Amino acid sequence: MSELLTGAAGERRLFLGNEAIVRGALEAGVALVTTYPGTPASEIGDRCYEISRQTGLRFEYSTNEKVALEVAAGAAACGWRVLCAMKHVGLNVAADALMTLAYVGVKGGMVIVSADDPSLFSSQNEQDNRYYARLAGLPMLEPATPEEAKAMTRAAFALSENLKLPVLLRTTTRVNHTRGPVTLGELAARPGPGRFYKDPFRQVMVPAVARQAHVRLLAAQDQARALAETSVFNEISGRGAWGIVTSGVAGAYVADALTELGLADKVRLLKLGFTHPLPEALLGDFLAPLSKVLVVEELEPYLEEGLKAVAQARGLPVTIRGKGPDLFSRLYEYHPGLVREVVARFFGVSSEAPDPLVPEQILGQPLPDRPPNLCAGCPHRAMYYAVKIALKDLGVEGVFPTDIGCYTLGLLPPLSMADFLICMGSSISTAAGISRATGQKVVAFIGDSTFFHSGLPALVNAVHHKHDFLLVILDNGTTAMTGHQPHPGVSLMPPGYPGEHVPIARVVKALGVEKLWVVNPFKYKESLAAAKEALEASGIRVLISQAPCVLYEARITGKKRKARFQVSRGCGECRDCLDNFGCPAMYLESGEKGRLQIDPDLCSGCAFCVQWCDHIRPVGAG
Amino acid sequence: MASTENRKPKTENPPKNLRIFLTGVGGQGTLLASRLLGEAALAAGYNPMVSETHGMAQRGGIVVSTVVLGDLQSPLISPGEADIVLGFEALEAFRALDRCHARSLVIANTATLAPYPVAIGQARYPSVAQMFHRLAEQVGALLAFDADALAHRSGSPLAVNMVILGALAATEYLPISAQDILSVIRTRTKEKFLASNLQAFELGAAAARDPRNWQRR
Repeated sequence: MSELLTGAAGERRLFLGNEAIVRGALEAGVALVTTYPGTPASEIGDRCYEISRQTGLRFEYSTNEKVALEVAAGAAACGWRVLCAMKHVGLNVAADALMTLAYVGVKGGMVIVSADDPSLFSSQNEQDNRYYARLAGLPMLEPATPEEAKAMTRAAFALSENLKLPVLLRTTTRVNHTRGPVTLGELAARPGPGRFYKDPFRQVMVPAVARQAHVRLLAAQDQARALAETSVFNEISGRGAWGIVTSGVAGAYVADALTELGLADKVRLLKLGFTHPLPEALLGDFLAPLSKVLVVEELEPYLEEGLKAVAQARGLPVTIRGKGPDLFSRLYEYHPGLVREVVARFFGVSSEAPDPLVPEQILGQPLPDRPPNLCAGCPHRAMYYAVKIALKDLGVEGVFPTDIGCYTLGLLPPLSMADFLICMGSSISTAAGISRATGQKVVAFIGDSTFFHSGLPALVNAVHHKHDFLLVILDNGTTAMTGHQPHPGVSLMPPGYPGEHVPIARVVKALGVEKLWVVNPFKYKESLAAAKEALEASGIRVLISQAPCVLYEARITGKKRKARFQVSRGCGECRDCLDNFGCPAMYLESGEKGRLQIDPDLCSGCAFCVQWCDHIRPVGAG
Repeated sequence: MASTENRKPKTENPPKNLRIFLTGVGGQGTLLASRLLGEAALAAGYNPMVSETHGMAQRGGIVVSTVVLGDLQSPLISPGEADIVLGFEALEAFRALDRCHARSLVIANTATLAPYPVAIGQARYPSVAQMFHRLAEQVGALLAFDADALAHRSGSPLAVNMVILGALAATEYLPISAQDILSVIRTRTKEKFLASNLQAFELGAAAARDPRNWQRR
């Protein structure tokens, strides 16, 4: 049984922030959870999937975040408590639904988790989704720790039902992926079936209805602001003529800095957890007696702008600073030493941190990087190689719009097969634009999960407008990058997975694509021939590269490799494998004339390289 | 840089605040090690904060995690502020020197995993002896040994994390006992790996008791 379902009230557990959110939702009696996986939110869905297999919790990995939000909104309209989790950029996909869902409102409590990623550990941008709360007019809570993540999730359901609005729970990577002590509460029972009560003149957003709904939304915001004024999540501590205002994990860095700098009795601290609408009276009362205030928040000056507006409205002479040269950056996540240094500088106290050691300087030579790489035995690499060689044989340069997933690592040498990327699904539509504008040979790459997420409209568009490029769908049968979540095209079903299989080839044909190749990328001759044919054809062409993710296959089937391979003596200087393929199991022996070798511990036994290099042989074959 | 106080670890008064930085390569089990340390600390009455790297970094890249104990709320460890560094791989242990201060304890695996640029001859892996020589000059103490070999000897080549935890538990830097950690390992390990994990933990502890593995300033 999932450990999130065990434990008595009052017991303390070490939970990941994401697990704490799930536990909080279970304690609030959540009935349905929807998500599309994305770091740093993925574990929320994964734990809920596991729990849905063991209890009556309804859960789905939806095809994308917009779908996830709308499924959740439908259920919330029927009185169920629902949780919808996504990474920050997922909320862009769901934004169309979000903005008007704020007008429609909810009956059952609805919590939307937006997991932001300052420092871009696994993302294409580091947008600050607190502005979505302001844009949509929705209440927002911002936890700083796993303990708060659980408490706020629980409270958010009640808040949502009170205001009849979805509540945004805005986290950052450092909250989602921190483990900390969490005190358990009672698990709540899940409700029975909900019921949809017709009320079209409040729930069908035609202009006449929406005009009234907007009035209600503004009134609800006033009500939300009043609740924020007295929320337990907005805490004031300390004393003195100086102030600090903070939110999220930055609050932890501030707390440690104040202790370490001995400023605890000189600085009044306002730690905000209910951050939209901002509690203007509370902020004004906090600012009024202070001479200078530092705002410590990661990414954008969201609180800083709010505080300055309050000070201006109240005519307060207090100095308010946050972002700026010598102060805090709008870039990347903060850390304790950085916050301590800026706090010390701002208030004019000394911080005495010695300069950190620089390993390269101490060694007197650069340290090699350790870039991530596609795994040994990865089917993406095999397909990339076939396309690469096909282009070389045809003497054509390819332009490669790519997409989001493990295969984005095709960017790195020696593959170097990623040229343009914006967001999920952009490979197909940008390929259309690039090929139309240039007439160059364009090959777009997209993964299977991403194809279902947002590739379908782009492909229909390409068919309809007779665009001219090759789309390679790298179908490894799972959402590999985020931890092997299933999707509609999942080829190896996880045991007990209830989803219906929707084969990609069937979808592609149904969308009107007539030139379609399906290959197993590990069959080199076939995939090379198919790649050449597809490259030479014109119009919209699709090549589906179908072979399971090597890690996923091993996990699901328990399949062990059958053979391993070695390099025979005749291997000379061609280096084709290193220059074009780049399997991490291959390495050069050290020394001037080091020979190429295959690491027997890393070789997956995929038997791909053996098909195009005469010097690679199965172990035992001599 | 040279500090004369604290030439030896303080054994009688474990520090109130303790920041432990774990670093290694995807697949080496750093995340499990930090989680086990956190669980053991929680059971011993601490308020641990553990931060982890997930996602893209795990495809053969560097994986770091932190365990912070004591009267601290921050889960992260800034440059120059790790009291203990657990380096699961030689180069990564050295790279984490930027986290160290003059009294830090570094426990490092001397075994290497070549980064891809090194494997294909585009970059050179620095000499392990030289890296550890330099490292030992900068920190309070360095405990270095071949944790891969000990994991192999335990019967579970993947148990490098257990070896390192065993070594850490055998030093006197931790405010929690080896028994605290062992009881968490027992509850978190699958039956079939338990014997080898315990063996790996014990081999790590033995390595920490061997004065030849230590360099102290």
